[in-house]
Order: sequence, then C-alpha cells, then structure tokens
Amino acid sequence: MKLGSALWALFGRDLSQAWAGGGGALLPMGFFVGAVTLAPLAIGTEIDRLLIAGPGVLWIALALATLLSAERLFQGELEDGSLDLLLLSGVPGYLWALVKALAHVVATGLPLVAVTPLLWMMLRLPFEGLPLAILALILGTISFQLIAAVAAALASGVRRGVLLIALIALPLFAPTAIFGAAACYAGVGLGGVTTGEGQTALLLLAALSLASVALCPFAAAAALKSAAE
Amino acid sequence: MFSRYANPMRFMALSQPLMWGALAIGLGLTSYGIYQGLFVVPADFRQGDAARIMFVHVPSAWMSMGAYVGMVIASVTSLVWRHVVADIAARATAVIGLAFTAVCLITGSIWGKPMWGAYWAWDPRLTAMLIQLLIYLAYLGLWAAIEDSNKAGRAAAILCIVGAVNIPIIRFSVEWTQSLHQGPSVIRDGGPAMDPLYLTPLLITALGFLGLLIAGTLAGMRADIYNRWTEATLARSQRPMTTAGA
Repeated sequence: MKLGSALWALFGRDLSQAWAGGGGALLPMGFFVGAVTLAPLAIGTEIDRLLIAGPGVLWIALALATLLSAERLFQGELEDGSLDLLLLSGVPGYLWALVKALAHVVATGLPLVAVTPLLWMMLRLPFEGLPLAILALILGTISFQLIAAVAAALASGVRRGVLLIALIALPLFAPTAIFGAAACYAGVGLGGVTTGEGQTALLLLAALSLASVALCPFAAAAALKSAAE
Repeated sequence: MFSRYANPMRFMALSQPLMWGALAIGLGLTSYGIYQGLFVVPADFRQGDAARIMFVHVPSAWMSMGAYVGMVIASVTSLVWRHVVADIAARATAVIGLAFTAVCLITGSIWGKPMWGAYWAWDPRLTAMLIQLLIYLAYLGLWAAIEDSNKAGRAAAILCIVGAVNIPIIRFSVEWTQSLHQGPSVIRDGGPAMDPLYLTPLLITALGFLGLLIAGTLAGMRADIYNRWTEATLARSQRPMTTAGA
C-alpha cells in the first residue's frame, strides 16, 4: 500500500511538473502540428497524394515529437538530485521508471493523439479511418515513449543529448512504425500486402506496446542507476 | 578463470601473439577461400558469375551477427562482473562488426542489381540488416558521447543488450515473411542445401573472416588500453601542475 501511494505521488508530481513552467504538452504539440503542416507543402496538396503520404507523415511526426520531448524526461532529476532520492527510496527502479514514463505518456503523448483529428482533416484523409488511427496512435505513442525513455536514460548524463537519443531510439522505433502506419493505411483502404488487414497490424502493434511497457523500464532503470553513480 | 584475463597487464602480454596469429590465419584462409570462390569454383547454373559475390556477402553477414552476439556476451560480463576488459572488448568488436555489416549491405546491393533489378529493396531481411547498422552506430555513438569511460561502458552494455532483439529478427526475417531475399541454405534444419563444391570455400572464407574479426578486435582493444594508460599517465603528471597553478 505504501508502495502504491509513493508511485501515485510520483505520477502526480511528474504530471504537475510537466505543466508547470515548461508549457507541458504545448511544445511537442506545436512541433507535431508544425511538422505535419510542412508535409503537404513539400509533398503536394492533391488529395490522392495526401492519401498515400498522410498516415505515414503522422507516424514520422509522432516519432520525432516523442524524441524531442524525451530529453527532459530524466535530465532534470539527474541534475537536481531527486534521482538519487528515488534510488534511495527503496521503490524498485523498474517501477518508478515505468511510472515516470507513463506520466510522460499522459502529459505529452496523449495530447499529440488529441490533435490528430484536426491533422487528419487537414490531410483530407477519409473520416472512416480515423477511429482506427486514433487507437493505433494511442498504442504507438505508448511504445514510442517507453523506447524513448530507455534512450533518454542512457543519454541522461550527456549534455544536449537529444541527437544521441534520436540515434539510439530511431532504429528501435522501426517495428512500431511499421505496424502502426500499416494499421492507419488499412483504415483508409490502403492495406499492405504483408501486414494484411487493419486488425492484424493493430494486434501486433498492441503486442509491441505491451512488450515495451514490460521490458523497457528495466533497461531505463539500469541505465539511470549507472548514470547517477 | 575469467578474472585472470580481467587484468589488463596479463591481457596485453597474451593478446599480442594471439592477434598476429589470428591475422595470419585470417588472411591466409580468406585469400584461399576467395581465390577458390572467384576463380576455381564453376559459375552458378542460374546466376552465372554474379553468384560469386556470395563468398564475401554471406561470411560478412555471419560476422556482423556473430560480432554482435560476442558484444552481448561481453556486455553481460561487464554488467555482472564489472570487467573493464569486457567493456573494451565489446567496443572494439563493435567497430569491426560495423565494418562487416557495411560490407554485407554493400555486396548485397551489388548482387541485388543484376538479380533483382535494383540496388535496394525494402525487404524484411534487408531492412533488418540496415537497422543492425544503425544499432551499431548508436552503440558507438553512445560510447563517444559519454566522457567517463566506466559510465559509457555500462550505458553501452545496456544498449547492446536492448539492441539484441534485432538478431533473431535478422535470422528469421526470411522464414516468417514473404521475402525477396532467399531463405537460409547453410544453417538450417536438415543440413546445408548447398553443394560441397560451393560450401567448402564459403566456410573457409567464413573462418578467415572470423580470424580477421578476432585480429581486428584484439588490435582495437590493445589500442584502447594503450590510450587509457596514456590518459592515466597524463592525468597523473598534470595533477601537481594544476594544484601549483591554483
């Protein structure tokens, strides 16, 4: 019970901290919208081009927005010493790493999904594909954020580590991006040959998200323990 | 038994003859195998002379994955027993593994043009190998970014273990999916599906590449240890000067 309340306190603290001063999700949301806006300008605004490029653009923008916001995930804690307190608290490392990552999902990941309907309309994608896309993006942002948390923990001792986080996390993003985008494409009637219908891709995406939630906290906690020494 | 070689002094004494021996055997077997593959073995029935690039492509793919497996073992050793030499070994192996991965991708691309009509295809096997290259780059990037070599070693070891998920993906990508790349024809259930005429030079080249991998890794480790000694010596000699200056 004491463990549960400690983890709740950490969750609440991280959420309120995300909105205090740093502007919370506004920065990654602004980046997400800006990046997606640039795409039609670069690719072309014809409706058939946007249909082919749109869902993929959303996933690339989501991946990049996740990377940009991941840098601050552990760096502040490492600098002000609260990471040492967490390490001393007796709470298992993988648990508080998981809680911090999930708080980050709620604080910055889900707001990105919340603006997706607007972007979906801007990309002129068919609305019947939107529910599947939102479900896929929720699962995808969980997986992306957990993987990015490992990269952020590994790079936490490095100043301006955002490029290093990108270098580490991008290859590990590949399976999530493949099945996430495949689910979205199936939703707009462009299902691929290998990934089949939206349901198959969505189930594989869900499996990847669960695997990330189960495995990534261990790696992140080990990396933070080493960085704090 | 391990801890005997965790001592850098003992490692330096032992590794020098080992490195030269591995280099000599590696160069010898590689030149024999590649000579056989390029000039002696008859051209392939369907692919003609183009199939000869197999004698470089396949062994370098094996070395790319083998080097990574070696790095994972070294990383676990480093995390569990805190061996500095294991850290140094993993990093030195990564440099050679990265080179073999690049050779594998380049030769595969050259082979793909006449056979598939394109230098590159986003096929599962090819994509997984490209991701392997990126993982090697991320691993070496992490080493380069963290200044404290003990912390860098531990962070890199964790990344190495995380990145190991890609090794089975490479291995099974041609079995789980409809792939442009051919399935396994050497290491598979029911034994090799390749004629001994081709298999023998292929395995000889692979052993030669393994010799080169070992020699290159040992050379990198020795250079790294010399580097650390130099830095330690410099740090020792500079300490009195900085205190006098302050």
